[in-house]
Amino acid sequence: MGSIDASELRKNLKLLIDGVPYVVLECQFVKPGKGAAFTRTKMKNLLFGGNIERNIRSGEKIEEADVDERQMSFLYKEGEDFVFMDTSSYEQTPVPKDFIGDDWRWLKDSMVCNLLFWNNKAIGITLPNFVELKVVSSEPGVKGDTSGGAMKPATLETGATINVPLFVNEGDTLRIDTRTGEYCERVKV
Amino acid sequence: MTPERERLASRVALLEARAALNCALRAFFVEHDFLEIEAPLLVPSPGLELHLDAFSVGNAPPALAWLITSPEYQMKRLLAAGLPRIYSLGKVFRRGEAGRHHNPEFTMLEWYRAGAGWEAIADDVEALVRAAARAMAARGALRLPPGLSLDEKWERLSVRDAVARHAGVDLAGDEPVEALAAKCRAAGHRVPGVVDGRAPAWDDVFFTMFLDAVEPALGRGTRPIVLHDWPRPLAALAREKPGDPRVVERFEVYLPSGSGEVMELCNAFGELVDPVEQRRRLEADLAERRRRGLPEYPIDERFLAALAEMPPSAGIALGVDRLAMLLLGAPTIRDVLPFAADEL
Repeated sequence: MGSIDASELRKNLKLLIDGVPYVVLECQFVKPGKGAAFTRTKMKNLLFGGNIERNIRSGEKIEEADVDERQMSFLYKEGEDFVFMDTSSYEQTPVPKDFIGDDWRWLKDSMVCNLLFWNNKAIGITLPNFVELKVVSSEPGVKGDTSGGAMKPATLETGATINVPLFVNEGDTLRIDTRTGEYCERVKV
Repeated sequence: MTPERERLASRVALLEARAALNCALRAFFVEHDFLEIEAPLLVPSPGLELHLDAFSVGNAPPALAWLITSPEYQMKRLLAAGLPRIYSLGKVFRRGEAGRHHNPEFTMLEWYRAGAGWEAIADDVEALVRAAARAMAARGALRLPPGLSLDEKWERLSVRDAVARHAGVDLAGDEPVEALAAKCRAAGHRVPGVVDGRAPAWDDVFFTMFLDAVEPALGRGTRPIVLHDWPRPLAALAREKPGDPRVVERFEVYLPSGSGEVMELCNAFGELVDPVEQRRRLEADLAERRRRGLPEYPIDERFLAALAEMPPSAGIALGVDRLAMLLLGAPTIRDVLPFAADEL
């Protein structure tokens, strides 16, 4: 990969800082009194999450990271890995569970996700914002108590447990926001 | 209404506040017996500081080829001529500066006291900002960043202490750049690699560490910070601190801005009045400009000649647009301008 001058930094560029890939979230011109121009750069660590801010002097060259995104569908879990398949090339890729994090809760067979690759190794996934999953078990709620937002736990087909309203029954299909991990609504199938 | 008229109409309250702010600033200086100077804008030399890039005026007479980056040289000639307290409120121009806190043309307030040290100027700036805040409060326009109080005495902190406290670096001020880089690395800070194809200079290493680790911390307190005693390599036009040749009499004030970020409000010096040392610094700047391929500006000989006559003095340059941002709660400099550079 090439390198880029700090004054050309912009949002969404992928950079290599101390050997770790980052994506640029925000850039700003700063210039300390009697000092040179810098680009204040807010970046997200693509390996471990977490944001950092670095001030990079104009005229400094920053290495770009070889990061790309591919659309892949989830096949199955194998040991500690989650195996995905490229929807165009049919190539299969195992992704270690560390890069899946809590997202395993919403992963179901043949779900299409965006996978992030760094130097051709998968380092993260982005799920669809909303997924639909079936409830496999949940205690029946107390009849009549549908007000006040009372909640109960329910186990989904992926094995995850979430809080749902009392009227949800086993066999229902629920719409879930993967960004917050919260129940949205019951869907008719 | 057209979007243009709508935009300008939405700034009327702001323009009224700024006009009142200018009145409050002038009233402060009248009260303290300062003389207002209308500094010239077209000058023969815009100053040689490495990181200030001046606008050239193509068809001006050769002797007036630049727009000022600060009225400093002319103000000091007036101090040398015997004026004891002077101020200037006007525009200055700096190429390539545009951002949340920067506009290429901006309003600078400078004032100077003959026979005074930097501490007197630090007291002035505290009193001035309080007076300006009272004037804004009287209009119901005061919107200080949450948590900031101007009433308590401002904190005074040396650069050395700030760097030790917030970056864990033991700064001497006279160490070579390699030693500074090694200290910064050892404390876990990033050090620039290559800058414009050359090895990083002292100020490149210092400011990378300062901006990453020190500056953000300076905006988290409940009162402004007067950051004083700057390292020798960042001397500009400040004089050496008596008894400590590693630092100079220079301070800046740091405080939170309306954007939630830290902002530098002003820069002040115990003024260097030694024409020999001043010439040495200007020639070094000129040589460094040549080495880096930066524009070269003439050395202002009338300014140098005046230094020999100039009494010990202290002076300051304060960004009025930033003061307006601070007082009016504006997140960006464009919010306090009738026209930002890209709205002309």
